[in-house]
Amino acid sequence: MKLWKTTLAAAVLSLAAATSAFAARSDLTLGIVLEPPHLDPTAGAAAAIGEVTYANVFEGLTRIDDNGQVQPALAQSWAVSDDGKVYTFKLHSGVKFHDGSAFSADDVKFSLDRARAKDSLNPQKPLFAHITNVTAVDPATVKVTLDGPQGDFLYDMGQVAAVIVGRASADGNKDKPIGTGPFKLDHWAKGSEITLVKNPDYWGTPAALDKATFRIVPDAAAAVPALLSGDIQAFANMPAQDALAQVQSDPRFSVVIGSTEGETILSINNKKPPFDKLAVRQALASAIDRSAIIAAASNGLGKPIGSHFSPGDAGYVDLTGVYPHDIAKAKAYLKEAGLENGFSATIKLPPVPYARDGGQVIQSQLKEIGVNLQIVPVEWAEWLSQVFTNKDYDLTIVSHVEPNDIDIYSRPGYYFQYDNPKFNDVIKELGTTVDKDKRLELLSEAQKILAHDVPAVYLFELPKIGVWDAKLQGMWTNWPIEADDLTKVKWTD
Amino acid sequence: MTAHLLKRLIIAALTLVLASIVVFAVMEILPGDPARLMLGMNASADQVEVLRNQMGLNAPLVLRYLHWAAGLLSLDFGRSYTYSVPVIDLVRERIAVSLPLALIALALSTIIAIPVGVFSASRQGRAGDTLAMGAAQLGVAVPNFWFALMLIYLFAVWLHLVPAGGFPGWSAGIWAALKSLLLPAVALALPQAAILARVARSALIEVLNEDYIRTARAKGLPYRAVLWRHALRNAMIPVLTILGLQFAFLLAGTIIIENVFYLPGLGRLIFQAITQRDLIVVESIVMLLVAAVILINLLVDFSYAIVDPRLRAIPGKVRSGFPSGIAPKQILRAVQRFRETRNRSRGRQ
Repeated sequence: MKLWKTTLAAAVLSLAAATSAFAARSDLTLGIVLEPPHLDPTAGAAAAIGEVTYANVFEGLTRIDDNGQVQPALAQSWAVSDDGKVYTFKLHSGVKFHDGSAFSADDVKFSLDRARAKDSLNPQKPLFAHITNVTAVDPATVKVTLDGPQGDFLYDMGQVAAVIVGRASADGNKDKPIGTGPFKLDHWAKGSEITLVKNPDYWGTPAALDKATFRIVPDAAAAVPALLSGDIQAFANMPAQDALAQVQSDPRFSVVIGSTEGETILSINNKKPPFDKLAVRQALASAIDRSAIIAAASNGLGKPIGSHFSPGDAGYVDLTGVYPHDIAKAKAYLKEAGLENGFSATIKLPPVPYARDGGQVIQSQLKEIGVNLQIVPVEWAEWLSQVFTNKDYDLTIVSHVEPNDIDIYSRPGYYFQYDNPKFNDVIKELGTTVDKDKRLELLSEAQKILAHDVPAVYLFELPKIGVWDAKLQGMWTNWPIEADDLTKVKWTD
Repeated sequence: MTAHLLKRLIIAALTLVLASIVVFAVMEILPGDPARLMLGMNASADQVEVLRNQMGLNAPLVLRYLHWAAGLLSLDFGRSYTYSVPVIDLVRERIAVSLPLALIALALSTIIAIPVGVFSASRQGRAGDTLAMGAAQLGVAVPNFWFALMLIYLFAVWLHLVPAGGFPGWSAGIWAALKSLLLPAVALALPQAAILARVARSALIEVLNEDYIRTARAKGLPYRAVLWRHALRNAMIPVLTILGLQFAFLLAGTIIIENVFYLPGLGRLIFQAITQRDLIVVESIVMLLVAAVILINLLVDFSYAIVDPRLRAIPGKVRSGFPSGIAPKQILRAVQRFRETRNRSRGRQ
């Protein structure tokens, strides 16, 4: 009798355990700070668009993984011609868009031709500039011809703005995104939340989550109670600020500090006197103390950088020691420039904590060498028109979040107003070099030129402060591109 | 009464026209290009120009104003640049949050403020009054976002009674939606109630010193009846004025509370639209709000007539409910002059 009871109890217990295992959660609510203006990555630059849609809703020929490596996506394999000009992509078959229409080579041709067209509004149009022809050989084969070998081509095809859209649905993607990914849009309550649900017809490995909600939490003060109350279970990048320590000490949450592609820099208007003098720029570089700026502007979490390159990427060279923090040396540089009494300038700061907080530290640091900065706070719209478009600025602080963007210093008319033929040659050669070792060598050379020539003062790499429920697995640690890829995210118990 | 109504309507129309010009001009002066904002830092100048043409930003200013104003007249509020949906749809979604929130907050504020005001006035200068007014002073002084955070930590994080923020939408059920509006409504109501209580108290004290109150008491009416039936009714005009202003504020001026509770309300929509230079959204919504404020003031004005029968008896007596900032003095004077000449011509007939 007793044995019978024990057996029954054991059976009940194991049954309970089994049900709880089956009942593992399959929904997730993530917090995001900025709401995407719309959901079409091929029509807008806002990073929030990619955060929600990349890999979840839309897929490209290739994709970028957590480590910044290129992986196959809609293209299962590819071949490159000997001269490096022709890429032949073999596509997955049986792929369907969320509206039920079949995906084929024709959609790839349509997407790439649309992105490179004369009237294209693709925010990353330069990525497609070297494509001269796209041919759908058969429904599962696409041939892309370039005007020359392109070292980054496969990577570029995995970027957010290079996702493949359907010919029939492309124009409606802003409001009703139709992709090929493992999640599809369920509804978007504007100003409140965007809900994705699992795509039952997905061609690849299905997602573990049935439902993912991106809830917009614009206020840093609201983010912490939202997390503590359990309303929100994950922030890919939390605006935690001072409350981070509180969350870190709570065993219910994982705090994972990762890296991004955001080089946070003190941009200099290189054509505007006195910044056209190398010695003045060297003085700025020697006068700033990165550790104090990192402490104030990123809670001490950013990694110091000495050039325009992410410490997480292959080919990184540590150049933070080129101009060490040295006030006497900085003053000597100013004297060399004929400005031993210092000078005054303005610094325009966009409305992000790293810029507003970092700007004040830089202001006080430069005061020590007699450079008086007047802080001018600006909104993003003003920053883009005044600083970026009209180049009406002396100094500014901004994070350049695009991956692999060291080439911006060679772009004509870019807001740095930097023009160094030697640097331009290196970038030109890099663009057409496919060989891995040669590429790393060129990248290292490019980094060194910038570090010594100081077209901008390099501050730190923006950290990604991942905070999520400790039972959640599969969230990205790093942000090689700004994406909240949920394809491998699941609850464990 | 009809003349009064007509006059108020003319003032309202003139105010709307003036407001539309000011709103349009201000948004045009604001630096920043919506097209560049949408396309970001890697787009070329040519691309920005293509988008500007698509958005109609390159048309002459006056033409764009007229086009927009004509749209407003036919109740077409245009399409959002960023969301690319009709502005009116955005407003409809947001008003479903903002209007109930404002109404709940207003109701809470009135329920708290009137009894406190009456209590204080009837015990003027005594301990109860000092205590109540001290509390009201505190209510005005406490920043409402801080108060909101305290409410969140207490009721959402600690007690788990309500969500910490967000709005599930009315489709999620009335109770779920109301639950998420409760804390924000309390946070909004407290400072409003504090102001209202102080106004109610001083208005009531003034009335209580009137002769007719003494007369009422002298003829033997109990103090309680005098206070609630005679005095309070006469003290309602300033209270109603403040209530009208508070309602207008609660509709769209609650951006901080909306941020703390991440509610998709009107205030946040305007704020977001300004930072994204979604000009058409800002312009159209501000115009809708101007119209709402004017309407509220009209209603307040007519409610004076309900609480104070004397205002019904004197035709055309000017009792402007407009805050001075909204109806320019010149307009008021112009209307006054219009009425005087009209009266004179009537006299000649």
